[in-house]
Formats: sequence, C-alpha cells, structure tokens
Amino acid sequence: MSLAPQDIARLANLARLELQPDEAQRLQGQINGFFELVEQMRAVNTQGIEPLAHPVAAIQDIALRLRPDVVSEPNQREANQKSAPAVENGLFLVPKVIE
Amino acid sequence: MSNDLHNLSVVELARLLQSKAVSAVEAAEHFLKRMDAHQHLGAFVSVNPEATLAQARAADAKLAQQAKASSSESASPMALTGVPIAHKDIFVTRDFPTTAGSKMLKGYQSPFDATVVSRLAEAGAVTLGKLNCDEFAMGSANENSAVAPVGFDAPVPVRNPWAQDRVPGGSSGGSAAAVAARLAPAVTGTDTGGSIRQPASFCGITGIKPTYGLASRYGMVAFASSLDQAGPMARSAEDCAWLLSAMCGPDPDRDATSLDRPAKDFSRHLNDSLEGLRIGIPAEFFGEGLAPDVRAAVEASLKEYEKLGAQLVPISLPRTELSIPVYYIIAPAEASSNLSRFDGVKFGHRAKDFGDLTDMYKKTRAEGFGDEVKRRIMIGTYVLSHGYYDAYYLQAQKIRRMIADDFQQAFQSCDVIAGPVAPTVAWKLGEKSADPVANYLADIFTLPASLAGLPGMSLPAGFGADGMPVGLQLIGNYFGESKLLNAAHRFQQATDYHLRTPEATRP
Repeated sequence: MSLAPQDIARLANLARLELQPDEAQRLQGQINGFFELVEQMRAVNTQGIEPLAHPVAAIQDIALRLRPDVVSEPNQREANQKSAPAVENGLFLVPKVIE
Repeated sequence: MSNDLHNLSVVELARLLQSKAVSAVEAAEHFLKRMDAHQHLGAFVSVNPEATLAQARAADAKLAQQAKASSSESASPMALTGVPIAHKDIFVTRDFPTTAGSKMLKGYQSPFDATVVSRLAEAGAVTLGKLNCDEFAMGSANENSAVAPVGFDAPVPVRNPWAQDRVPGGSSGGSAAAVAARLAPAVTGTDTGGSIRQPASFCGITGIKPTYGLASRYGMVAFASSLDQAGPMARSAEDCAWLLSAMCGPDPDRDATSLDRPAKDFSRHLNDSLEGLRIGIPAEFFGEGLAPDVRAAVEASLKEYEKLGAQLVPISLPRTELSIPVYYIIAPAEASSNLSRFDGVKFGHRAKDFGDLTDMYKKTRAEGFGDEVKRRIMIGTYVLSHGYYDAYYLQAQKIRRMIADDFQQAFQSCDVIAGPVAPTVAWKLGEKSADPVANYLADIFTLPASLAGLPGMSLPAGFGADGMPVGLQLIGNYFGESKLLNAAHRFQQATDYHLRTPEATRP
C-alpha cells in the first residue's frame, strides 16, 4: 500500500495539523518509506494471540484501577491558568464556536 | 576537598553531607559553577539558582535537625539529603519551567511536581536544573530539541562530552551529557524505546529503566503511555540503586498503570556473588548489523563476567527484528492520542493569526510541533484510523505479547540477558538526520525490552572507535532490578570504565 497526497491531507486534517505543500510532500515520502518497514509485521500469524496493553500483563493479571469519582484537589484555578494563552475572568478564551 | 566534589559519587557525597564535611549549599554552588563553565555542551535548558539554593538551605536545615534528633541513628541509610541532581525536562516541576524540548511548551510553568520529582525531593535531593531532551522524548540523538539551552538564544544540539562533534544519544541526551561531564552526580531520564539506555551507552555512564509500572508516570509529559518509564542515570550502578529506591513506589491515585508494589531498597543485593549467574546471550543481538568495535567491547565484558563466576548461555529472541515495526506502530499511535491535548487552549503555544477554532488548532499545532513529532502524529493517526486499527495497532499489540512471551521462554534458561545497547558508538552531529526513518533501525537492541516492559540497563563496557564509550545492556525479568544492579555493580568493582572522565571536561 502507498499513501497518496489526498491521504496525507485527510490524515493531516484528522490530526489537526496544517501542512505546507512541501512539508506534505516530504511527509508522504517518509511515511510511505516507513510503511515498507512495517510490511514484515503484517505477515506474522497472530491468530489466537491476545493483544498486550500493560506489558506486565504478560505474567500476571493487571487491573487498571479507577479512583472514586470525588473531588480530591483544592481549587488551583489561578495556578492552572497561568500558562494559558488567553484567559478572561477565570475562563479560557477560544474563537467563537456557537453562532 | 570542596573543589573536587564533582568527582564524587552520589554515595560519597551523601556521606560527606551527613557528616557535615560539606554543606548542601556548598555542593549546590559547586555544581552550579561547573554547569556555568560547561554551557557550551547544551545539556541544561533551564536553571534557577535561587530555587536551587533555597532547596539546599532547606536540606542543610534538615541535616542539622537530624544531627540534633539523635547522633547515633540519624537519617535512613540511603538519604539523599543535600545531594544535587537534575531532571530531564520531561518531568514537570514547580520551581523550573517545563518544555519537553518543544516550542509547544515554551515557558510552561507547571502548577505541580511530577511524582518522581517530589519523591526525590522528599528523599532530600536538591534540583540543579532541567535537562535537554528530544522533543516529547522522540529521538535518539537529542537533535530534535526545539529549545535553546542555557547560554544560547536558539536551539543547538547537545554535545557528547567525549567528542564534542558527536551526539550524546537520546532522548535523554542532556541527562547523559550532564553526568558524563560531571555537571551533576546523578539525573533522571525516561525510557520509552531506549531513551535512558542508549544515551547512557553513548556517554559512558550507567542508567536503568525499571519494570514498567514501578515508577509513577504522573507528571511525566506523556509520549507513549504503555511504554514510558522513568529511571535514574549516574556514573555507577550503586548510585543508580540509591536513586531508583527513592523514585519507585506505588502512586495509586495518580497513575492508573502504577503497580501496587511497595518501595524497596534496590541496593541490598549489590554485593551478592555472581558465582553461577546464568547470562543469556541472544544470537539476534550479535548479527551482521553490529559494528566490530562495539562487538569487541561487549565480548570482552562478557569474558569479564565469566571471570566473576557467571556462565554464558546461548538464547534466542527470534522476534528482535520485528520489534522495530511493532514499536514504531504502538509508540506513534499512543503519541498521536497523547499529543492531542496540545490544542492552544489550556496551556502552551497558540498561533497568532487564525480563523475559526479548527484553524486555530491546525495552525497552533503546525507551529508548535517539530518535524519528528508531526511525522509520528501522522503515522499514529493513520494506524488508529477506521479500517486500519486491526491491521496495524492491534496486530502490533499481539506481536508485542509474542515478544514478551519470547523473553519468558528465554528466562527459563538464564537469570539475566546481556548484549549491546546500540549497534554503533555515538555518531557525528548531523550525520544521520537526513533519513529519519532509517534511524529507527538503530533502536533494534533496546526496543524488545521496552515492548515487554522489562527492566533494562546500560553500563560502561569499554571504548570503541575513536575512543568513544560502548555500553553493555543487561535485561532482567520483571522486578529483577536488584539482580541487574548487582550484576552491574560487581562488574564495576572489577573494572574502571565507569570512572573514566572525558578529557575535555577535566578537571
């Protein structure tokens, strides 16, 4: 398989990346080169093999824990918003999304 | 004494601090001065001497208090009180900005400390500053950092203290360079596909990545969450054992993948005999791709292990080569998901000119991310997209299990596994950046243990072409950190590679 320019454009849109034409072209070549490297993996027979997400699950049962859904943190609005690009009255500002 | 502090180990420094022969402030000032004098290496991306010295004064107060409390039995045996360390700039810190090597996080000030950072602070360590790394830890030469190091106005490559026209390795390149140049006795790093072991190897120092889940990932800027692990880098295995003991431990409320295993003292078995230790030698790690100089150094160190009483056992890790595509599917997939949080809304960079919200996202991310990061986001987006998920991501996760099973098979006939860390010594700056995808192949020996979540380390094993350091990789079974550190420590008792200092950074 080989990705065409329109595939790159579709992925860039999904990934929310604006690509310059030369950048898109360069990425197309590199990504196609990458998928040649990946080809050998697709041929492996993995029938009946369970995917491994937490690596230690290879030897023991791993339950990803959930914590109780309760407030555990103090209010740190100011500290949390210190690195925000645009804030007003304690709210994050974004371009208008509702007409 | 005090003008030679940088040549002391963590353990020696800790003892001097406990005995008050040196104060924490003296130690911090000594290293801050050294960091200043070696800015050309590009190892540090941020310093804050006031914060460092405030931490040091607090450490001195703690030491004074301990002395008063009881003279016979003061601190815990492995207290790091007053020991200066530095953090890879991927751990968030309150006292220093955190960039993860990216323009996206320029000037980002975290409201909290990463768990690893606060655990080391609780053990008494003093932070000297933050260390350069590849952007979001993606890279193996530290050439992907988008951040200007301390003393520079623009990003420049980190230099390998052993040969300043060479790379330090990556992604924890600043970490490795700082220890090699004696700018810090020990540092933190993170390892997703080899980012502690490979730079440790390239810079002639010691580093260990523990079993996945032992060190909390809370506050570590996420790259690939099912692979990312924190670990220490220092000159010796003994120093690594001290730091690792302080770093690890359960973090049940903040990291869902943190394992429920109590913190432990990883230095207790350092001196155990290696008599009868079975070291597995995977045939696949010694194939054609291995440079002759690296092979020679690794084979010589294996002979040293035989002298120490270990026996070498041939083993096979048949899917070693497959670990490259498997890793480079899984890691970008997780990265594309993790990095979706950088949207220019709650923190980080935002583009200046944009139209609607989607345009703001696209321009912000186009400006904020570097080439390697964009490449991986694109690959990750593709392999997770509708119609391709099963063929790529799920297939990779299945082979990942087969790779982990291969290790379990191998560990039936050996206690630890040994081989090279990387196929070559450190290459020259700029030499390999032309073909980024071809560079992925050089990660072949570190990726298998990463995918399996096994502990792995690199220790200095001699020198190769042009006097560049070569690392020996040791891989342990799950929770086998103590055994790895024991094997490394005994080797370091019998050799002096880990004590050698790059000429350019003396005295």
